[in-house]
Amino acid sequence: MNESVVLDKVIKTHGLVRAVDHVSLSIQSGEFFSILGPSGSGKTTILRLIAGLDRPDQGDIFIQQRVVTLDPPHERPVNMVFQHYALFPHLSVFENVAFGLQMKGERQANIQKAVSHMLALVRLQGKENRLPGQLSGGEQQRVALARALVNRPVVLLLDEPLAALDQQLRQEMQGELKRLQREVQATFICVTHQQDEALMLSDRIAVMHGGKLLQVGTPQEIYDHPVSSTVAQFIGLSNVLSGNIARCEGGLCRVEHGVLSPVMVTCFPHDSPQGAVTVMVRPERVHVSSDMSVNGYDNMLQAIVHHVAFSGNEVVYHVRLRDETIWMARVPIAEAQACPLAVGQPVYVHWWAHEGLVLPAHPAPC
Amino acid sequence: MKRMPTSFIVMSLLVMLFLYLPVVILIALSFNASTMGVAWKGFTFQWYEKLAMDQAILEATVNSVVIALASTGLALILGVGTAIGLETRQGVQRPWVNMVLVLPLVIPEILLGVALLMVFVLCQVHLGFGTIIIGHMVFNLPLTIVIIRARLRKLDPAWEDAARDLGATSWAVLTHITLPLLRPAIWGAGLLGFTVSLDDFVVTFFVAGPGSTTLPLKVFSMIKTGMTPEINALSAVMVVVSMVCVGLSWFVQQRSTPASSESSY
Repeated sequence: MNESVVLDKVIKTHGLVRAVDHVSLSIQSGEFFSILGPSGSGKTTILRLIAGLDRPDQGDIFIQQRVVTLDPPHERPVNMVFQHYALFPHLSVFENVAFGLQMKGERQANIQKAVSHMLALVRLQGKENRLPGQLSGGEQQRVALARALVNRPVVLLLDEPLAALDQQLRQEMQGELKRLQREVQATFICVTHQQDEALMLSDRIAVMHGGKLLQVGTPQEIYDHPVSSTVAQFIGLSNVLSGNIARCEGGLCRVEHGVLSPVMVTCFPHDSPQGAVTVMVRPERVHVSSDMSVNGYDNMLQAIVHHVAFSGNEVVYHVRLRDETIWMARVPIAEAQACPLAVGQPVYVHWWAHEGLVLPAHPAPC
Repeated sequence: MKRMPTSFIVMSLLVMLFLYLPVVILIALSFNASTMGVAWKGFTFQWYEKLAMDQAILEATVNSVVIALASTGLALILGVGTAIGLETRQGVQRPWVNMVLVLPLVIPEILLGVALLMVFVLCQVHLGFGTIIIGHMVFNLPLTIVIIRARLRKLDPAWEDAARDLGATSWAVLTHITLPLLRPAIWGAGLLGFTVSLDDFVVTFFVAGPGSTTLPLKVFSMIKTGMTPEINALSAVMVVVSMVCVGLSWFVQQRSTPASSESSY
């Protein structure tokens, strides 16, 4: 596989804010790549830099092994789908989609053919003469996609493509995006703050925070082996416990906490973390019970039930540990009904050592 | 819904009466058959017929329209350019720039007139069409800039980004995106400017020369020799034309295309 887009130590400053801080990325061609991060993490700026709408202060950008850092947008084989679509309100659906080809000076017959084909691909036949204002949100989204894809870009940039849609439409469009990518065979780079969206759609994900790249990997890698607590927090709710490594041998660490009882966590046998660490346990791996000794779990902490949330097929228990932090435990409905727990009830939180993750409290920059 | 208090309605009606009664009387008298005074002697179109035959008035009308079109057109070309320049990201966004730009709209017109005349005399410019057109541009230009800038600020910058991303050069962005989206504001500013120019008396009075008599100047000189029903008819025509222009200007700006991609749907 060859590289489609490469960012090399790119820096972009907006006023006093480092929107993008030493970001290096390499995106393979044909990949569905997501940039995940909270708002203001610099992910949209990265898209604008790739599109050529902004220029980096430092660093270089390559598209298909060619330096494009200073090229204007119209000289790059890249097109973008904007967050609120930015459809031209005075042009019809057809004219919107035809805009890019017209700018390239294509022949009218070719434009006609390409636009019709693209509108068919996004299932918008028969709406050619509508104005954007007369379309629903989902239809506008598809016009925006068609308008970008009709130019046969090597890379399609998507800025929060599904954010403006309601839940059901969003799920539909997720499938639609994957299908479109298969058909046009372009690299898709998608910016989102929705971790579930990123996990579901992407071949690889880059997690950003404060202009810095925290981790790049497949959804599975990022979910199972986050490099830092920030990534872990962002990729899915997680329970956190800060402490110090007391002992670490043979891939089993003992983490001590001032108030709570010590906990055991497995780590890779070859690395032996030291000093301050964060232990994370996912809510679906935590077992809550009023019984002190069940199944001989490796870890046990005392807690009090703080809140019980019912969500259809599972119950989420929010429990307060003795150091006042709140942990969550997701329990299948059948299990929860077998031995229900009430708010205020003292309980025990259990989990296996291998289900916890031990991460350095202050991650080294990636 | 709560009914408006009667006193309120009466007040409003009185205000309307105060504003529009003179105009209504003027228009009514223009159809009066009597040559003198306000006594009603029957309905007639004769003053309008006479108006249409009056060579001097026709000439003044043509002068007025030519001057209004020229000053509005020039003001639009310069004003749209200035407004776009001021509203670009690298544009000058200083408060004093805005102050200086709208100043001609608020300083007394008689000062403008005197000042312009002094400048023209100092530079030994021949007074006539040219000087009137320049004089009218002094208030037409800021008017245009204010209206166009207001519209520009409502345009979503993402439209320009999208156009650039789709391969448009700066010039193509201007001709394909910015100007079409500004069209309602351009029409609005143009119609308003045209009306103001058509009706202007003070500045015109100072900077006009021989052979460049405009309609308001003509009316003024006619009144000096006495009020005739012909003047009523002429005034009625001017009132109606102005109202139609201002109304149109308001209308085209109201039903303009949605100004931002979010609010439009």
